Amino acid sequence: MPEVTNVVFAGLGGQGVIKASDILADVAFRLGLDVKKAEIHGMSQRGGSVTSDVRFGAEVLSPMVPAGEADFLVVLAPDQVDNNLGLLKKGGVLIPPSLVPETALPNRRSLNVALLGALSYHLSLPESAWLEAVRAALPERLHEVNEKAFEIGRAAARARAETSRAPARSRA
Amino acid sequence: MGLQTATSWKQTGRTLSSGDEAVAMAALDAGVILGTGYPGTPSTEILETFDALGGRAQWAPNEKVALEVGLGAAFAGAAALVTMKHVGINVAADPLFTAAYTGVSGPLVVISADDPGMASSQNEQDNRHYAAAAGLPMLEPSDSQEAYDFTLAAFEISRRWQLPVLLRITTRVCHSKSIVRRRPPLPPAPPAHFERDIPGRVMIPGYARPAHRKLRKKLSEVAAWVETSPLNVRRDGERRLGIVTAGITAMHCREAAPEASLLKLGTVYPLPLEKIRAFAKSVDRCVVVEEGDPVFLEAIRAAGIPVEGKPEMYRFGELNVERVRRILAGDTSPEPPPAKAKPPELCEACPYHPVYAVLRKLDCIVAGDIGCYTLGVMEPYRAMDTCVAMGASMGVGLGLRHVLPEREARRVVSIIGDSTFVHSGINGLVEMVYNPPATGHVVIVLDNGTTAMTGQQEHPGTGRKLDHSATRQLSIEGLAQALGVQHTYVIDPVKDPAGFEKLLVERLAANDLSVIVARRPCILAAADIRRWEQVAGPARAALVSIGGAGCSACGEPGDA
Repeated sequence: MPEVTNVVFAGLGGQGVIKASDILADVAFRLGLDVKKAEIHGMSQRGGSVTSDVRFGAEVLSPMVPAGEADFLVVLAPDQVDNNLGLLKKGGVLIPPSLVPETALPNRRSLNVALLGALSYHLSLPESAWLEAVRAALPERLHEVNEKAFEIGRAAARARAETSRAPARSRA
Repeated sequence: MGLQTATSWKQTGRTLSSGDEAVAMAALDAGVILGTGYPGTPSTEILETFDALGGRAQWAPNEKVALEVGLGAAFAGAAALVTMKHVGINVAADPLFTAAYTGVSGPLVVISADDPGMASSQNEQDNRHYAAAAGLPMLEPSDSQEAYDFTLAAFEISRRWQLPVLLRITTRVCHSKSIVRRRPPLPPAPPAHFERDIPGRVMIPGYARPAHRKLRKKLSEVAAWVETSPLNVRRDGERRLGIVTAGITAMHCREAAPEASLLKLGTVYPLPLEKIRAFAKSVDRCVVVEEGDPVFLEAIRAAGIPVEGKPEMYRFGELNVERVRRILAGDTSPEPPPAKAKPPELCEACPYHPVYAVLRKLDCIVAGDIGCYTLGVMEPYRAMDTCVAMGASMGVGLGLRHVLPEREARRVVSIIGDSTFVHSGINGLVEMVYNPPATGHVVIVLDNGTTAMTGQQEHPGTGRKLDHSATRQLSIEGLAQALGVQHTYVIDPVKDPAGFEKLLVERLAANDLSVIVARRPCILAAADIRRWEQVAGPARAALVSIGGAGCSACGEPGDA
């Protein structure tokens, strides 16, 4: 079985869940990896729960992350943490919205990018690819605020890892 | 025949694309002259992408019309693409079945975007049945690359056998993104040209009888060809377990049982039965793993090939890696419940809130329809009592009115969105005028100026085409008046909720036929609509004044 990294994004319609997963998929794509991204849209756009799966590695087969096999679970809405915890594998890393407090961001709309910054701390993918993908996904007027959000998120993940001395708060 | 494999082409770049986008790219590279369809999740993005890439794409009022337009183009020798969701094929089924008899001159590919698990649909019908029922070849891709390759292959098959070809693609493939490598586009086809072929195209019984025999002959040729087609891929693994599968399920199978032997079917119909027979013979245990109905299982068993199927519980919903593991293990224990999800609801600023508040207050019996406004069934309103199919609110409301005792009949309202009304509500309105119930009837058209549910697509009532450019605008109230509806009203339910309530109370008490158009733009589309109208509005005015120069018989001005 080839090595595949599994990331699940969860939140509510309109929060930028799909944008976040698009950016991660683009990072992997830019690095020449095989990548698949799955989500269901349609009804879910009307304020309901949204999840989006990104899988990347040498070869990805199913586009959906099997339950209990997510290496990372990135959640944008506080009330969507508990119901999605079952997706995370034992020892997997949860990146909850509380990691980046509301007051820490210049614009709350960039929480999705801030949490990508946090995720980037845990993944050994070059930061330049992340920033290229963030810029490619957003209009120019939003670049600065989102680059700042990305750095804030990355710093928050680093701080959390250093204080807990464990890799991260995990399900196990 | 020259079905090219991906490797035989010079690779021309790599994109991260959804299955829908891949179908659009293939249509462009196959030289499609006209793409048409009706929006429906998960198919909508195909034509939107085709338009964005520079293809000629248009929305039809419904799937039947779309298929007929595509068929006409193909009769003229052009390559045509027709897109719809699975339930759209039901609407288009009438021309589809006979198009199998007429065949085509130019290649015609019809996309059936199926929705196992019903992410955004009213049923999870398995449209593989349609291929066998109509007698049309059907292909099914498992990822975006195959969505691209199989669309090209579908055009080649259609061109070779002069038959429409179905491409079945499921929600997960439509909406998942994976890597696609495009091929150089095919050289442009000769220009469209009409070749008279009366016995081939006019399906009166005398011509249809030989046409049916001709269809069966073509299908037997296709059946022979699929036995060696590169679209059906065999991966030899361990002898202990062999899996016959197709589409996205093949990906789940490869992940769930990487060591197993696998026969992945790209041609869903006709099936390569001899290839399957040889495969089944080569393994100790052969399991058919398919999403939805046991379509393959029944066909394979009917051919006398001993194979195992899946337990009945896996007919329902999507398959995934875990469920495939369970199928292979014969595990029929109860499945863990899916993660609890927050259901969708009407947008906070949706203009339909006041409408549903009144329907709830008046305790109306609401024959509903398909669109975001179906969410009026959710709390706090619970103000929808039926929802069956596109346009069904009209007939169902009338049927209720016809038989209910008067007190209950007076509470019945049909409620339908603007795009749905144009799709197939109009026929119901004709029925209302033709067979009016004794208590009359009240139809509310929720006109938010867009096909909101599927992501704000245009329709004939918006006066803008797929690319948002101006065209003539269908008037819902004008149409109702022309059909003979006694009372038509247009009201903004947000500006005047009290007026809406008063009007509805009054109309429910009358024995007449009423159409109330509750008009207010979708909150998600309003800004875009304003922007498009800055260009489309003046352009439409010019179009109407030039096109409608007036009736020469009576001297009345045209439809300005």
